[in-house]
Amino acid sequence: MEGEVVLLDFWPSMFGMRTRIALAEKQIKYEYREEDLRNKSALLLQMNPVHKKIPVLIHNGKPICESLIQVQYIDEVWNDRAPLLPPNPYQRATARFWADFVDKKIYDLGGKLWRTKGEEQEAAKKELIECLKLLEGQLGDNPYFGGKDFGFLDVALVPFYCWFYTYEKFGRFSIEAECPKLIAWAKRCMQKESVAKSLADQEKIYDFVLHLKKALGIE
Amino acid sequence: MMDLASHDWRGMNLRFMKREIYQTLDQAISPIMAVVKLLGTWLSPYSCKVIWALKLKGIPYEYIEEDLSNKSPMLLQYNPVHKKIPVLVHDGKPICESTVILRYIEETWPQNPLLPIDPYERAVALFWIKYADDKNPLIPKLYRTTGEELEQAAKECSEILGTIEEHGLIEGKKFFGGDEINMVDIAFCIVAHWLGVFEEVAGIKVFEPHKFPKLNSWAQNFKSVPVIKENLPDADKIFAVLKRRRETLLAPKSN
Repeated sequence: MEGEVVLLDFWPSMFGMRTRIALAEKQIKYEYREEDLRNKSALLLQMNPVHKKIPVLIHNGKPICESLIQVQYIDEVWNDRAPLLPPNPYQRATARFWADFVDKKIYDLGGKLWRTKGEEQEAAKKELIECLKLLEGQLGDNPYFGGKDFGFLDVALVPFYCWFYTYEKFGRFSIEAECPKLIAWAKRCMQKESVAKSLADQEKIYDFVLHLKKALGIE
Repeated sequence: MMDLASHDWRGMNLRFMKREIYQTLDQAISPIMAVVKLLGTWLSPYSCKVIWALKLKGIPYEYIEEDLSNKSPMLLQYNPVHKKIPVLVHDGKPICESTVILRYIEETWPQNPLLPIDPYERAVALFWIKYADDKNPLIPKLYRTTGEELEQAAKECSEILGTIEEHGLIEGKKFFGGDEINMVDIAFCIVAHWLGVFEEVAGIKVFEPHKFPKLNSWAQNFKSVPVIKENLPDADKIFAVLKRRRETLLAPKSN
């Protein structure tokens, strides 16, 4: 079952963090390989010729691309421990719907917060807060999006928590003030070793973005 | 669920017996008779995807045509987040987003599987379904743009077709997954049918058979599958609607 597992990744990527969390939850031993995205390895280009992006999970030499697909694959193959997807089809559909919502909204809106200024930035901030509130609403009274247990949607969203600091600094607002339950949820997730070990340090992310902006010539 | 055959009926009064029998039968029949409704629009490829999945699995359903210029209270109630079709309602519970719907259908009604069983092959199928989902919104730009924007849209579309041709399709295979149609083929339906209409409306040719031979073969195979063939919106009807839309979009704005 185990075989050889390699993860091609980039430390600040919230998508890579999803796969790291899933691997840690299932206690799978794997080789982590850091990619330099300005100088992509031959292996990355060979394993993900369509997008040339990380993360790429390589299991027994075969590549699996796209973070949520990797999480589902890991859940299916290592199905004897720490289940990530909920048991029934309707709950799974709900988890997939909201994970798709995270993918469609949070990454792009968050990106606009540090890439843009003025009206565009304000509009992105407003929409991001609305989206986070919608997600917060899905928690209800549960400790996790998966209900009693940490699950697929928790894995999909929690990596963004280490990017919130950057969004807040550039957007000049507090996510905790807007969505206290969501932050409480994130802190609860951070109590889990799989999450704490997989997320990057929020100040390092902020520094990374400052450098990235300079490199991209964005004021 | 109660086992009627081994139940001890001795001494039970008749009325109580009848109730027990009806309750047990109801539990057995409910999942089969549970109502499936689909909110969709006749020309939407996303709506068609769900229809094909339901028909390929032989699931009876009630279809409700939505007027997107005047969305029904039911649609707004069932999809408050995106307010879009398609929405599948099963047993009163809504499922939104066509790919989420298709995966729900696959898991609830496993007959005539539309995804590979092997986890690795399934991951590959899901990759291409995601690729289709990410790229599909770019293809309609063909009928909505003109001039430089249209050139750019055509270039993007050509790159998409090239990627599918080079990496997605395997020489000699009838469909993405082999001999039988599956969810990946369904995901690329816009390329097989709607793209031709967009090209006609815009007066531009992108999907040239000699440039994309594997994709061209696949499109013919796809449209020949009986369930697809019998449930494909008429190209001329789509053309008429999109031509009007294009004229409205590109009409010079009055000051």
